[in-house]
Amino acid sequence: MQETDTKLLANVLPNLPESIQAAIVAVEDFKGETTVTLKRESVRAVIQFLKTDPNFRFDVMMDLFAMDYLKYSSEQPERFAVVYYLVSLLQGRRVRLKVFVPEEDPTIDSIHDIYKAANWFEREAWDLYGIVFNAHPNLIRILCHTEFVGHPLRKDYPSDQYQRLKTAAPSEGL
Amino acid sequence: MHTTLTPPESAKYLRLNLGPSHPATHGTLRVLVDLEGEIIRDMKLEIGYLHRCFEKMAETHTWNQVIPFTDRLNYVSAMMNNVGYVRSVEKLLGVEPTKRCQRVRVILCELSRIIDHLVCIGANAVDLGALTTFWYFFRERENVYDLFEALCGARLTTSVTRVGGMYKDLPEGWLEWCRRVVNHLPRTLDDVETLLTANRIWIDRTKGIGVISKESALDYGFTGPCLRATGIPYDIRKAMPYYDYDKFAWDVVTETGGDTYSRYLVRMGEMRQSLKIIHQCLDDMPGGSINIDDWAVVLPPKDQVYNSIEGLMAHFKLIMHGIRPPAGEVYDCTEAANGELGFFISSDNQGRPYRVRVRPPCFAIYQAFPEMCIGQTVSDAVATLGSLNIVAGELDR
Repeated sequence: MQETDTKLLANVLPNLPESIQAAIVAVEDFKGETTVTLKRESVRAVIQFLKTDPNFRFDVMMDLFAMDYLKYSSEQPERFAVVYYLVSLLQGRRVRLKVFVPEEDPTIDSIHDIYKAANWFEREAWDLYGIVFNAHPNLIRILCHTEFVGHPLRKDYPSDQYQRLKTAAPSEGL
Repeated sequence: MHTTLTPPESAKYLRLNLGPSHPATHGTLRVLVDLEGEIIRDMKLEIGYLHRCFEKMAETHTWNQVIPFTDRLNYVSAMMNNVGYVRSVEKLLGVEPTKRCQRVRVILCELSRIIDHLVCIGANAVDLGALTTFWYFFRERENVYDLFEALCGARLTTSVTRVGGMYKDLPEGWLEWCRRVVNHLPRTLDDVETLLTANRIWIDRTKGIGVISKESALDYGFTGPCLRATGIPYDIRKAMPYYDYDKFAWDVVTETGGDTYSRYLVRMGEMRQSLKIIHQCLDDMPGGSINIDDWAVVLPPKDQVYNSIEGLMAHFKLIMHGIRPPAGEVYDCTEAANGELGFFISSDNQGRPYRVRVRPPCFAIYQAFPEMCIGQTVSDAVATLGSLNIVAGELDR
């Protein structure tokens, strides 16, 4: 982390312990919003800490979604990213966490047991972007049809492509 | 691809499809339940019946062309989606709408919140067999839709905002008309409260039904009336005020039951608070332009387009290339009828969004539906579903 990053971080997440700071790759401020980029392997540890630590108590996971930077104008560290948006109602604090995920190994640890909300949001990120959430209990499609092939929100999936369903039969289970 | 419910212990449980053709599921929600008699023992949800890949479509259109798509998210209160989306784009562009525009947006948002709650409570009561309240509420809803129609020509899918302003200014006499509509509403609210709030059957059907605890609600990412019904006074209009919401006199309505009855009370209370806000807006409506004065963002007036080269060029540029926000990513949220409606937008300085992500409040809330229903009867599940106000357009996008 650079010195400017440390200052920015102090605004949004003051007095982080060393172990958590070590998981942070970069801090970026844009239009008054701070984005904290994390190392992929420590995402669970950081989120667990932010949720339970009495100084922070981020009690709500407001959003979780993926990004595909394949055609982005400026170079990004990896093709995919998973973005977490945590909110602390008590302190009125909000923070955006970003984790870059490489194309050749699009996996990341699931946080479904830290926030119950993450379950469906992670399923959606898998469905639309093909990000695999390790140890997710039920990583199946949620918005697209079960016969759908590919991940529609990836930038290399053509926006005008059609897929024909093989069967009209409803699924047996879910 | 499929997982299954916990295997039924012998033939003890009956497996049943509740929807998508069940009237309470509006043709878009499939609920698979395991029943022991009338009691729900396990439940799985299937969504996606109304998935239109809004987020993919947004990437192939200009920034202003996305607005009509947002109508189709929560189509019961389309204007709030319009406002939520353009707020994000305006934040990225760094433009602030005029005071008059902000006031008009507040009025439209609060009217939308009222009709959204009217539909929610009305439909919830119909699902439980109380038809009268539905007609009372829908009369009021029609009045509000007449107002919307006078403003923008559409009733349901309004597309009323533009980045940097509105589609057009209010027509003459609209504010007085609005005041008449708003003045008529409290009587209907009183009527329905008389019919429902102390009604023995209504209380029996809703009190203690579909309960969710404070902790669980937070864990599932609840926002809006469903969160406030558990006793947490969180409202973005107070927590992160926008459009002068902090300057109006109004209160956040909370209840502590976390059940269907509490959600009903919260919505009834919120409608009265919205009326208070609308009255304050009507009393103090600033004059001036409704659009900002920047031809790189909003279309120039028609006489400028027809009579000056600058106006014509600005019009041509905006129609052909659209606005070009700087590269970057912003998230902006507004308090919609169901809770926090967030738009995360990413731009790479092109005429089209690189990514538009909607944070739909329903998605988080509906996920908790099994937890609220297991151990209760099928008819209780119907009562609970109505009170969550799941709008499939927003849930599935």
